[in-house]
Amino acid sequence: MPEIRDFHAFPDAHGRFGQFGGSYVAETLMAPLAELTEAYLRLRDDPAFIAELDRDLKHYVGRPSPIYHAERLSQHVGGARILFKREDLNHTGAHKINNTVGQALVARNMGKTRIIAETGAGQHGVASATVAARLGLECVVYMGAVDIERQKINVYRMKLLGAEVVPVTSGSKTLKDALNEAMRDWVTNVADTFYIIGTVAGPHPYPLMVRDFNAIVGREARAQMLEEYGRLPDVLTACVGGGSNAIGLFHAFLNDAGVRIVGAEAAGEGIATGHHAASLAAGRPGVLHGNRTYVLCDDNGQITETHSISAGLDYPGVGPEHAFLKDAGRADYVGVTDDEAMEAFHLLARTEGILAALESSHAVAQAIKLARELPKDGIVLCNLSGRGDKDVHTIAAREGVEV
Amino acid sequence: MSRIDRRFAALKAAGRTGLIPFVTAGDPSPEHMVALMHALVDAGADLIELGVPFSDPMADGPVIQHASERAIAKGVGLADVLGWVAAFRQRDADTPIVLMGYLNPIEIHGYARFAQEAVQAGVDGVLLVDCPLEESAVLQPLREAGLQQILLAAPTTEPSRMAQLCGSAEGFLYYVSFAGITGAAHLSTGDIAARVADVRARAKAPVAVGFGIRDAASAQAIAGFADAVVIGSALVERLVGAADAGDIAQRARAFLAPIRATLDKH
Repeated sequence: MPEIRDFHAFPDAHGRFGQFGGSYVAETLMAPLAELTEAYLRLRDDPAFIAELDRDLKHYVGRPSPIYHAERLSQHVGGARILFKREDLNHTGAHKINNTVGQALVARNMGKTRIIAETGAGQHGVASATVAARLGLECVVYMGAVDIERQKINVYRMKLLGAEVVPVTSGSKTLKDALNEAMRDWVTNVADTFYIIGTVAGPHPYPLMVRDFNAIVGREARAQMLEEYGRLPDVLTACVGGGSNAIGLFHAFLNDAGVRIVGAEAAGEGIATGHHAASLAAGRPGVLHGNRTYVLCDDNGQITETHSISAGLDYPGVGPEHAFLKDAGRADYVGVTDDEAMEAFHLLARTEGILAALESSHAVAQAIKLARELPKDGIVLCNLSGRGDKDVHTIAAREGVEV
Repeated sequence: MSRIDRRFAALKAAGRTGLIPFVTAGDPSPEHMVALMHALVDAGADLIELGVPFSDPMADGPVIQHASERAIAKGVGLADVLGWVAAFRQRDADTPIVLMGYLNPIEIHGYARFAQEAVQAGVDGVLLVDCPLEESAVLQPLREAGLQQILLAAPTTEPSRMAQLCGSAEGFLYYVSFAGITGAAHLSTGDIAARVADVRARAKAPVAVGFGIRDAASAQAIAGFADAVVIGSALVERLVGAADAGDIAQRARAFLAPIRATLDKH
């Protein structure tokens, strides 16, 4: 791959990030995607739209979120300073709301009255149900039956917000199957329905649009670093399932060559066991859910079932921009196991009084590893993408505690 | 002239509407797949669409998805599918075969390797549901090997795009409109006829229509204005649970024969 000078120049007009991305969808979706692309590219530069989005992010989501120096955790680790971008403090408890607020405004501008979404951990489902309630739109959330079982609290939250949660029982009954089902709904009901994809995957323009709406995380963090610390961090880290919180943090820093970037994928029970969801660390280029990216599949091209303790990372693909950053050598992607994530979860809870989401705990574990490699005056900036309240039942069950 | 082109030329010369059944490769039974293909031809199939199982068939309904899941559970892969085509060709050199499916199994197999093996096995075309014209540069090795890329068109296809599809069509153009897609559910036969007539007048290739055709009556409604009709889910559903080669063949015949008879009345 030739050296890339401006990472912000991607994707191209066809939604391609180098060889990744694109629109690998059935003919029936081409027209709705073209309509969405046209609407989004228009709104993206529309001052009135931008102003409304900014207002919502400030007054409804609660932005900007702070960056927080985790002093006791850093001391305990004994390496560089660990800073957290506190996306867990957003309304609804994760970065997902940044995207759903934006897409809901696009939906309203396009005159759509019905919102559909897929969800894994339930955070995106909750964030979608939330914005649908606020704008008075009907909301249907597709969720794998396995995920419904392990994220009961979020399922109930969605129902409280007035959304209908549809269990998906095909395939592995997890996020990828929920995405398939939501896509079918969209094809069938496209006249009045807007599909809010929750991650930077799917066909063009979703990887672009979802990234744009999450990129506020990195824009804020970069300005906060310069203002509060007078410098950029040495390294960024974030967890990567589909990769929306990670690209959100990374994007503003992509052209800062001095800032190292490390994504933490779910290594589950260990990459060698095959029970993991580390598409970039252990997968290969393929085509899934409308884009070319790294996927986990067998030699027949069948997508394999993944494993992670965190439902939000349990996905056999990854956003095409991450695939591109990997191949361009701009970012490294490494695996963090269930056990490492759990250990980081507990350490963060006891040293900082923060219950991180299991997804984010993967990033915390990676931040701890990176801090150990750096001198004490170094800085690791980690995206604390969500809070862990939704996960307490999963954690209790894993540790044999009855709640 | 390709096998697909020859078949459509012959249909046109005879004034007949083509019958294109779709079955998922390896379902209901991998052992009896070749027997099923011959039974389809015996029952009047003019061309066979063979579905390559895929774990995430985003554009298919539950019937085809479940057939895919059953086949994958039995270990069916691309190599098996090509093996069945080669075996079928030993007794049938004339019936065109189109592989229908998704890109990832071919991507992972390797485009050049697939192209060579598919041609060698006797495959005539591919219909890759998630590979629209815009992304089909990756299929260049397939075209070079002589495989025809069957394109899809839909009621939602924009006029400018339809012109592009009509101009690029080879083999045949698959005009698809599942009930449930916006507008299509309430289209009258007359509306469908008008749309297909328009596409037929402009397309460089014959037009096959897949329109939730389930039986002779629904086939009859389409027969007058399409070059061919495609029947998928209803046939796959009919084959579920068939016990042995005889049962499979009997069910296929019982399902297709009345449709064939109806088409031939036109």
